[in-house]
Amino acid sequence: MINLTIDNSPIEVAEGLSVLEACKQAGIKIPTLCYLEKIQAIGACRVCLVEIEGVHDLVASCVMPVSEGMKVSTNNRRVREARKVVVELLLSEHDGDCQTCDRNEDCELQNLAHDLGIKELRYEGEKALRCKDNSMVGLVRDSAKCISCRRCVTVCTAIQSVSALFPQSRGFKTTIGPAFAQNLDTVTCVQCGQCAAVCPVGAISERDQTDEVWAALDDPTKTVVVQTAPAIRAALGECFGMEPGTLVTGKMTTALRRMGFDAVFDTNFSADLTIMEEGTELLTRLKKALVDKEDVALPMFTSCSPGWIQFMEYFYPDMLPNLSTCKSPQQMMGAMVKTYYAQKLGKKPEEMFMVSVMPCTAKKFEAARAEMNSSGVQDVDVVLTTRELGKMITQAGIDFQALEDSEMDAPLGLGSGAADIFANTGGVMEAALRTAYELVTGRELPFDNLHVTPVAGLDGIKEAEITIEGTVPAWSFLEGVTAKIAVVHTLGNARKLIERIRAGEASYHFVEVMTCPGGCIGGGGQPRITTDEVRKKRIAAIYAEDEGKTLRKSHENEAVAKLYEDFLGAPLGHLSHELLHTKYTEKERV
Amino acid sequence: MSDGLKTTCAGCSDVDEQELMTRLDEVLEEYKDNSGGLIPVLQIAQGLFGYLPENVLRHIATGLNKPYSEVAGVVGFYSFFSTQPRGKNVVRVCLGTACYVRGGKQVLDSLKKELGIDVGETTADKNFSLEVARCFGACGLAPAIMINDDVHQRVKPARIKQVLAPYYEKEDA
Ligand code: SF4
Ligand code: SF4
Ligand code: FES
Repeated sequence: MINLTIDNSPIEVAEGLSVLEACKQAGIKIPTLCYLEKIQAIGACRVCLVEIEGVHDLVASCVMPVSEGMKVSTNNRRVREARKVVVELLLSEHDGDCQTCDRNEDCELQNLAHDLGIKELRYEGEKALRCKDNSMVGLVRDSAKCISCRRCVTVCTAIQSVSALFPQSRGFKTTIGPAFAQNLDTVTCVQCGQCAAVCPVGAISERDQTDEVWAALDDPTKTVVVQTAPAIRAALGECFGMEPGTLVTGKMTTALRRMGFDAVFDTNFSADLTIMEEGTELLTRLKKALVDKEDVALPMFTSCSPGWIQFMEYFYPDMLPNLSTCKSPQQMMGAMVKTYYAQKLGKKPEEMFMVSVMPCTAKKFEAARAEMNSSGVQDVDVVLTTRELGKMITQAGIDFQALEDSEMDAPLGLGSGAADIFANTGGVMEAALRTAYELVTGRELPFDNLHVTPVAGLDGIKEAEITIEGTVPAWSFLEGVTAKIAVVHTLGNARKLIERIRAGEASYHFVEVMTCPGGCIGGGGQPRITTDEVRKKRIAAIYAEDEGKTLRKSHENEAVAKLYEDFLGAPLGHLSHELLHTKYTEKERV
Repeated sequence: MSDGLKTTCAGCSDVDEQELMTRLDEVLEEYKDNSGGLIPVLQIAQGLFGYLPENVLRHIATGLNKPYSEVAGVVGFYSFFSTQPRGKNVVRVCLGTACYVRGGKQVLDSLKKELGIDVGETTADKNFSLEVARCFGACGLAPAIMINDDVHQRVKPARIKQVLAPYYEKEDA
């Protein structure tokens, strides 16, 4: 332990902490900008300056380790004035237009200027060059707003192992972006949006599609249907100042109805449908491998996360057969709304307008993939992020916090608790096991409260083994088989796991991969800024939603059963293949 | 341009480019498991091609299994690396204090206009590249420019055409 004093109060902290972290423990909030908890401490922006007795210059607290007897001042005239100058200098280069910026009222630079009491801009600097990058479906960039904090570089490189963004050039001319400051489509980017999730300013954001949705809602010839992903309900409240992890399922439904959507459906429904298809696919693959001794690709990887799909298409195209052929729940819903549901209403697919609310920017890209038109038209017309929905609710003048709860519509609004947990890392695996285990053994999954705890939580790579015993006759070939599973989140961890599999150091039957840290609850389209603390709260909320339901297994979802009975036939049947499954294409990495 | 001169200008001939790419592949093979291999490979490649064109950089990125953005970032960081082919004639404009004060900037502007290129670029016919320089010791007769090894002093922006005239297609005559 280290003893030091911060603002004249003695405090004991663990060795190896930074002064910034020690201050946090002491209850003192030091302003920061380039710092990202547990991810980046590089001392680049100098906003976190403090004074240390005996040290001539002010020091950046995020990179200064604590030492015995250190005396730190965080709040004196010199420190306050220096921090102010730093932020004023940043503002002098920042070509912002706060009133019309996507990040207005949600901008760390704006907040800093306010918190530090900056009332006039004393410096006029050369503004950064404005290059607007509109090359991606899911994301837009505006280089003039970039303050070179490098958070996006670290996230894209160290967390996602994609490295689409990198400092280019040097000195004052340094810009942060793709090769030679060109557009993102000239390099490999999977559109996960983690860069947009950590950018403190409006330099990288999702493509704003709120106008397209308003236009559809105003169009009397369209039946406008909305679906919301499981992760939205645990985060949307944050757009209205509610605590992270506040469940707002009922309020969200009411708000969507008030905005004018003709039907409010739940991606949970299609998550249950995914489990039926994907569970059957897994068991079929296992049967082929164990009984028919066919050469079948194992492990099978989950396919719900479009950033991950693109990652495989770019980096491991030879392993595309390992991906489940199931479309993601978003796309299954789109296909069902424009076929099954449209038929029920007596409408043509082109008269339907499908909006998704997703925690994700890659979903915008996924909806626009050429394959995703099994209804004959694009199955999902527009994808909104959680943040965009928050803005639309505000624009509609709805007092969100005051809303009463309501229920989603039948028939595609019913979802199980197993579907809820699709939002968390480990959730798709748990949901699949709840169904597959019961199908094979006729008994409930033997875990406390149905939670597969070894694969839950925020560890990067999680593994478990389950020995299957007491099988029903149809699945007796699985008797005594030990199913090996793994769960990873972030593409960096996915890459590590794949390399281990390829090197023969690990082998599994089934692997769940989610692109974003923590799973969808930490998606690139969620309210900012998502720290581990926020992740844990959202994860807990999602488990609470699951536990609060009596319907907790996908195969017990009656609406899904009815869909098979009335329309699809059986899982992996002919119509399922046509509407619910997809193909992947190798892409050239650059 | 006569055939005999082709080899002096890398990138003009497809046959040469093929050969150079083969040589580059050998280099990549040699360095591919070396984590610090990027900079030496870039140096060798620049030696081979005379500069680092985009297709070469992408090839290097794939060959070393490095992200293209990172490779570009490294290239941009060191002024030694050039992503533009150098022209037959390199024009350097002195922007040292004396030359600057006595109109070096205007000379530069006039050159940019005359050649239709910016600093660091090369004309489409690959005849001229434009660069700026710090003092080359001709302060007494500022402003000065250097074209290849020739120093031109007291250059007047209005007379840039005449200064450049001898360098047009000289070799081909
Ligand atoms: S979207 Fe993801 S892959 Fe693309 S630049 Fe951002 S962090 Fe990198
Ligand atoms: S784009 Fe955003 S996150 Fe990236 S360096 Fe610029 S300001 Fe920082
Ligand atoms: S937060 Fe410490 S230097 Fe940027």
